Amino acid sequence: MEHRSSFGFLVDLAHPMTSPLQQKIKITGPVVVTANRVGDGAVVYWRADGGWTTNLGEAAITADAGVARALASAAIADDLHAVGAYIAPVKLTREGEVRPGNLRELIRQSGPTIDLPVTFGI
Amino acid sequence: MTTAPVVKTVLESECKRMYLYDDFDRTLVTERVAEFRDQVARRLSGELTEDEFKPLRLMNGVYLQLHAYMLRTSIPYGTLSSEQLRMLAHVARRYDRGYGHFTTRQNIQYHWIKLEELPDAMADLASVGMHGLQTSGNCVRNLTTDQWAGVAPDELEDPRVWAELIRQHVTLHPEFSFLPRKFKIAVGASAHDRAALAIHDLALRLHRNASGETGFEVMVGGGLGRTPFLAKTIKPFLATRDVLSYVEAILRTYNEFGRRDNIYKARIKILVHELGAEAFAKEVEAEWRNFKDGALALDPAALAEIASRFTYPAYARLDDNPPALAQARRADRDFDVWMGNSVADHKIPGYAIVTLSLKPEGGTPGDATAEQMDAIADLADRYSFSEIRVGHEQNLVLPHVAQRDLPEVWRALDAIGVATPNVNLITDIISCPGLDYCSLANTRSITIAQELTRRFRNLDVARDLGRLHVNISGCINACGHHHVGHIGILGVEKNGEEFFQITLGGKADEDAKLGALVGPAVPYDQVADVVEDIAAAYVELRARPDELFVDTVKRTGIEPFRERVYATR
Repeated sequence: MEHRSSFGFLVDLAHPMTSPLQQKIKITGPVVVTANRVGDGAVVYWRADGGWTTNLGEAAITADAGVARALASAAIADDLHAVGAYIAPVKLTREGEVRPGNLRELIRQSGPTIDLPVTFGI
Repeated sequence: MTTAPVVKTVLESECKRMYLYDDFDRTLVTERVAEFRDQVARRLSGELTEDEFKPLRLMNGVYLQLHAYMLRTSIPYGTLSSEQLRMLAHVARRYDRGYGHFTTRQNIQYHWIKLEELPDAMADLASVGMHGLQTSGNCVRNLTTDQWAGVAPDELEDPRVWAELIRQHVTLHPEFSFLPRKFKIAVGASAHDRAALAIHDLALRLHRNASGETGFEVMVGGGLGRTPFLAKTIKPFLATRDVLSYVEAILRTYNEFGRRDNIYKARIKILVHELGAEAFAKEVEAEWRNFKDGALALDPAALAEIASRFTYPAYARLDDNPPALAQARRADRDFDVWMGNSVADHKIPGYAIVTLSLKPEGGTPGDATAEQMDAIADLADRYSFSEIRVGHEQNLVLPHVAQRDLPEVWRALDAIGVATPNVNLITDIISCPGLDYCSLANTRSITIAQELTRRFRNLDVARDLGRLHVNISGCINACGHHHVGHIGILGVEKNGEEFFQITLGGKADEDAKLGALVGPAVPYDQVADVVEDIAAAYVELRARPDELFVDTVKRTGIEPFRERVYATR
């Protein structure tokens, strides 16, 4: 997988990776609303029709600050299903695919960039 | 045998082992599980909002990280029984992804726990007296101490008895459950500080005064994070009878004067810094005078009761350095190298302290699989009186191995990947989980550690560099203790990219120091090169082959290292 390479990782300079918990909302490109699912903490994205999906490709995307805030407000209101909703950057490829906008979001979507521990032959 | 009288004395008075919970402890932990089960059910049903639930889960050590919930489980003063380690393995296997992460507070974290399954996991942990109480929140956190407590030859007495006394006093103490910020206490009792006392909010160092009496040096206001300070001594000698009342007075003073308006200025280190250590000490003394001879004056019977609940290993009467051990060392260089690196003297003749490296090449510092934990528990049963320790350097310890068993133990440890002879070498890296797991992190740290273990995979090279601690943090919160690494690495974000500041000359021992910044931050893909440059500069600069890295930095300053690092950058 692309993100498993330890070095030479490409990140979007327009979207810093400082913890979203410490950031002011500043929308400079396409964004989605993301959170963690209450039951298991899995990463989820807010859909345009309301509700959550684990598939980034199904997330509501906007580059409009007002729309983004409205999506975030709706997502935050759904406290029963997801925790800590916030606005996160995404990138759109030429083919129209949605990709996480920075390394933090890529790791949230795809998992750690390391191999999880393996058993040493026992 | 000439050693018999020594063994007898030690057996009777000093070699305390596992602390055995009593009915009160068991009831408390069990009731907390039932309470949390109800809270989780109410959260999942929507009866509790996240704002209501968050402080409740944090009080049980449950965080929410990038991918999942994280459960932090307390290991008081880093001491584990084999039964407890097997339970940690079970929890890793049943509720997580087959591994756990040992931390710099001698705890274990599980990074993939589901909220729905947390009550069951906690119930399983409670069955062996384990829990997540006070592993989070603005309370007194897990007390830490020397991982060689009770077995170190240079120790005055076992510090865990004192740590347990304080733990019992502060656990769920209503006055100290909502401090201005978290509060970390460490207790040490050896000349050589293996518990990183100076970086704690409160550190107690047991020593003898000129009259031969035993007491504590009291140090306060240490801590790392964005504003690092080393703890300052506010009382050079505190009689042991006063330890609880004095700890109480410090906590009360902090509770009253510590800042609650700014999270970045809320730790006691800021209060001590702003007031001055002398003025802070005066406040503590004034508070202390109000109750020092009251109910908190040490009750010898209570201390004896705690001490009695640390059971004693039935050491055999053995001689040091059995001939077969020397023969085994001569016969196998790998074994000899491991002996020289990972095995330390024990206070009982014929025994040794064995450190298990959780820093294999390419591995994640501090991680152990369920299979490894089970195997280590079996080895502890067979060779170490069923006891295991966790060190703040994120390694494990078998504290009571008979020297005659060392060849067999080494082979068994090697078979499960925990016998890399790199303890205290450049690849024995302390690292926080970083951006691969942590929601606070700005950069990754594990991948940097892994790359360094590959760069320095040649153990002859690593041994030539000698004692050299690399500590890595993925953000300014400094969970990887970068400020006190001989080489410290701090991840910072610059315009969306991972950059790393490098510090040199930090130490966390009895001569603790904060490292000095060597220069501008370097990008992710240059960090390992920079560390190689620093290592090469050290080899050229050291006055003699056995001058330690930190001593060279102290002698030369960082300028020669700075020149080397930035000459071509």
